[in-house]
Amino acid sequence: MSDLKQTPLHALHVALGAKMVPFAGYDMPVQYELGVMKEHQHTRAKAGLFDVSHMGQVIVRGATYEAAARGLESLVPVDVLGLGKNRQRYGFFTNADGGIEDDLMLANRGDHVFVVVNAACKDTDIAHMKAALEPDVAVTEITDRALLALQGPAAEGVLGALDPRAAEMRFMDVATLDLNGVEVWVSRSGYTGEDGYEISVPTAAAVDIAKALLEHPDVEAIGLGARDSLRLEAGLCLYDHDIDANTTPVEGGLTWAIQKVRRTGGDREGGFPGAGIILSEIGSGAVRKRVGLLPAGRAPMREGVTLFASEDETDPIGTITSGGFGPTVGGPVAMGYITAEFAALGTTIFGELRGKRQPLTVAKMPFTAANFKR
Amino acid sequence: MKYTEEHEWLRADGDVYVVGITEHATTQLGDLVFVELPEVGAVVSKDDEIVVIESVKAASDIMAPVDGEITEVNTDLADDPSLANSDPLGKGWFFKIKPSDASQVDGLMDEAAYNELIG
Repeated sequence: MSDLKQTPLHALHVALGAKMVPFAGYDMPVQYELGVMKEHQHTRAKAGLFDVSHMGQVIVRGATYEAAARGLESLVPVDVLGLGKNRQRYGFFTNADGGIEDDLMLANRGDHVFVVVNAACKDTDIAHMKAALEPDVAVTEITDRALLALQGPAAEGVLGALDPRAAEMRFMDVATLDLNGVEVWVSRSGYTGEDGYEISVPTAAAVDIAKALLEHPDVEAIGLGARDSLRLEAGLCLYDHDIDANTTPVEGGLTWAIQKVRRTGGDREGGFPGAGIILSEIGSGAVRKRVGLLPAGRAPMREGVTLFASEDETDPIGTITSGGFGPTVGGPVAMGYITAEFAALGTTIFGELRGKRQPLTVAKMPFTAANFKR
Repeated sequence: MKYTEEHEWLRADGDVYVVGITEHATTQLGDLVFVELPEVGAVVSKDDEIVVIESVKAASDIMAPVDGEITEVNTDLADDPSLANSDPLGKGWFFKIKPSDASQVDGLMDEAAYNELIG
């Protein structure tokens, strides 16, 4: 228990009545007094404030932006070099087998790349970047800033009231803003399927800024429980569940994040770990694919449920990697990996739940319409 | 009212008992989203897992509090599992059971003992 780390907002969570649980080595709020269901619905209807300070914030800096970007391109199959100034992009570290070591966000902040990585992987990710890029390019973990996410249709109004420039940002823009006299690094992005922002705040000002945001009548504090159901409805992957070191980006349905310039025939083709496997798989197609799944009944089918082609087939065709109840959908939703021949939208397959085979339909993701400010 | 260590309550209704889960249990579980009830007429033994409930967080089982026969189930609850959160002692009941040995009910906790259990 005492080994758990705390974010700068820990005392605020406790004061707000949060139920705290261990997550990725941190003592984190899983829900507040509203409960998971209402927190989820509030985020989709108005705005939710999430503490994501456990995630890793890293500055990758070379002699120029180009130097840092070229360094990172040796680790990720993403067009970092071509990323516009003050723009952000999703990506992932790959391994020699074409698997995904972690997923991350990359932002061009002018003279450096600002990288945000998952909490559970951050030590490994930082060591991985340092080993590959230093000494020419410096990799520095930012340990004196908290990270907040403000998500939902009211987020623009809430943040825009503190700095009007927030409202001018488009989806995946990044900017340095001023919130009550504090310099914050903001991106118009998040992981809920809603419009919103991620806000990197100096530790010393984190509680005051969180309180200022929570003071707005449209904003409620939201815990990890609703964060998970929101991202699941949005069809977004949770690392180590829906993607991991043994899943390739093509299997994971993340080929869209590999820009043409890094693919076969592109100007900067390959050059990242596992490129041979990944690029050939883009051409040939993956044997298994991550798909959205809608259970036919009311019973949620969760991570680990084995999937079959029919009610009596003995050989499995896949497994659910994330599943639960989708409060906005109003029923169970899931995602998982299945053999490609069953991956067509509308295909009926079966999941074994408490010894009984129950039908599910392969369905389009996101399960709820994305609400981004493009 | 009688209570089990599994946070069920039992309320006498003629020669059967209405069974539900306590407010303490629903608070711990969070919002219920799915309830699978036993068949009416099923003959069950104490501690058989006869109900599956799922909250937004996880699945759990509810066990038969005593030996007996299921005489009725709350189909409204199956249609709207949130009744167990909004009215755990009323509209959120789960099933009615006719005990085969009434002394088993006498052996369950009373309210004072249950309140002590949940502290």
